[in-house]
Amino acid sequence: MSEVVSLNDVAKIYTMGEERVEAMKGVSFTVGSGEFVSIMGASGSGKSTCMNILGCLDVPTRGAYLLDGVNVGELSNNQLAEIRNKKLGFVFQGFNLLPRTTARENVELPLVYAHLPAAQRRERAMAALERVGLVGRESHYTNQLSGGQQQRVAIARALVNEPAIILADEPTGNLDSRTTVEIMTIFQQLNSQGITIIMVTHEPDVAEFTGRHIIFRDGMVITDTPHAAKSAASVQEERGL
Amino acid sequence: MSTFLQSFLIAVRALRVNKMRALLTMLGIIIGIAAVIAMVAIGAGASKMISDQIASIGSNLILVLPGSTTSGGMRGGSGSTQTLTYDDAKAIMAECPSVEAVAPSVRGSGQVVYGNQNWSTVVNGVTPEMLIVRDWALESGRNITQSDVDGATKNCLIGQTVADNLFGATDPVGKIIRIKKIPFTVVGLLARKGQSLQGQDQDDVIYVPLRTAQRKLLGSQFPNLVGSIMVQAKNAEVLKSAEDEVRALLNQRHRIGPSREVDYTIRNLTEMLAVREQSSKVMSMLLGAVASISLVVGGIGIMNIMLVSVTERTREIGIRIAIGAKRRDILLQFLTEAVILTTCGGIIGMLLGVAGARAVAALVGWPTVVSPDTIVVAFAFSAGVGVFFGFYPARKAASLNPIEALRYE
Repeated sequence: MSEVVSLNDVAKIYTMGEERVEAMKGVSFTVGSGEFVSIMGASGSGKSTCMNILGCLDVPTRGAYLLDGVNVGELSNNQLAEIRNKKLGFVFQGFNLLPRTTARENVELPLVYAHLPAAQRRERAMAALERVGLVGRESHYTNQLSGGQQQRVAIARALVNEPAIILADEPTGNLDSRTTVEIMTIFQQLNSQGITIIMVTHEPDVAEFTGRHIIFRDGMVITDTPHAAKSAASVQEERGL
Repeated sequence: MSTFLQSFLIAVRALRVNKMRALLTMLGIIIGIAAVIAMVAIGAGASKMISDQIASIGSNLILVLPGSTTSGGMRGGSGSTQTLTYDDAKAIMAECPSVEAVAPSVRGSGQVVYGNQNWSTVVNGVTPEMLIVRDWALESGRNITQSDVDGATKNCLIGQTVADNLFGATDPVGKIIRIKKIPFTVVGLLARKGQSLQGQDQDDVIYVPLRTAQRKLLGSQFPNLVGSIMVQAKNAEVLKSAEDEVRALLNQRHRIGPSREVDYTIRNLTEMLAVREQSSKVMSMLLGAVASISLVVGGIGIMNIMLVSVTERTREIGIRIAIGAKRRDILLQFLTEAVILTTCGGIIGMLLGVAGARAVAALVGWPTVVSPDTIVVAFAFSAGVGVFFGFYPARKAASLNPIEALRYE
């Protein structure tokens, strides 16, 4: 199993005026290809900062972050943008789809910044929508979709560039329990197809569906344990959904 | 290229979402460009009118007029005496190398009669050169000739206004009219010249041979005198030296010296008119400048709305950056939006401005000139306004921190 993510003694220090906030105090872990990892911790534990660094939205103050073998800390802003575009897929708590835009156009967005021709964009966006089970909804506008459907569009958008990792930040935070299981089923399906997923959550129920738990406290990893993932699909069946 | 096309499409979509706002934002630019185009067109029309008038007077002209005399300490003022002669005119032609043509004339007025029609008009005694100097064409017939002048024949040229009043639609050439009861044959009809700078009708005139006027019509005491001499320089460059040559020659011929006052005046018509033309150009520039202020105000409106739009779409910008948009992409997107707003406004404003200029021309009768230059400049300027006023909001959008932007509510 090759390493997709490797954090080596990564620290992040914010300076706000006089105050120095050490959001991450030397975090090290690696994530192999095909893993489904959940990162947990109370608010202020540094898990969001870790997620921002993993997502190349922020760079570490100290330490090295290797993504797919590339040291991210040495890259320029434009190179980071390219990494986000080609190697990462984001799924957010608040879905973060563009308003007044159709599902397909939202999914096409990363391909637009990858400068793909329109026909190819369309084709790949449709394929991604199919993977999340939204065929037939591609021309719906964002506001015409339910929360679960919106999140599935967001997952399709994260998938469309065939990234090395999908980063999900509280992907079920805004969803009811039924839809939560639905979304986790999709994540598990994608994971079984070989996609690496790192998910931040504070709900133990949701973490149950992942194969590894990393728990943060005070800017440090306190536990990092493998876990036998519960099948979301069977939960769905059990509940008769 | 694809980057531009892509930002263009994204920008068009963003603008379509908020059509009303886009239109209102454009309004500032529309009004600004329309005002600039209309004002410049009106200004250019005014200068064209003046330059047409300059052309109608003739080019590179110097006017020599009799000066004042002093009698018993009282100065008579310009033109109080007749001091210029036909011989002066001939001498200027013969001795001043920079001079192309000389047209002496005497001026009088009188009643003309043809059949049962009569009309009072200006009757000028001239030489054949008058039409050359004034760049005046004949509509029909012929010019008066030197032998008409020398022989003091009773031939004449009439202007359009005179022809209209005496003859109506009939061709006047060859007809006999009576000027101050003396019968004259109309040998030529002058082409229409329009108004002079002072608003006088230049076509309300009759030209008779100089000698004829001096001896038979005006009954002058000194039949060799002329009322004015128009001198045409060979070209614009030698206009000044022609003036100097004429002055030197006249000083010599009139024995001007310490004991004798200058008894003529020289006016440089072309120069005078050039000054007027210049002032009308300045006027039109001022009009344009005032109108451009509204364009700047429109630009500020664009900046304002773009800033609001950037704030409103902070989250969208965060998403775009997270998904892989480079700062340049975001900058370009918002800049393109601003430029589309201003150029669309520019095009609409241009149409309105041209329509407005036409309307002014049609309703008030002011001549307006919409030059292609103005349109190109206005278009470039509106795009420039977009870039200038769109840059700051666009840079603000591009420099947003994606983490904060994504959290923005």
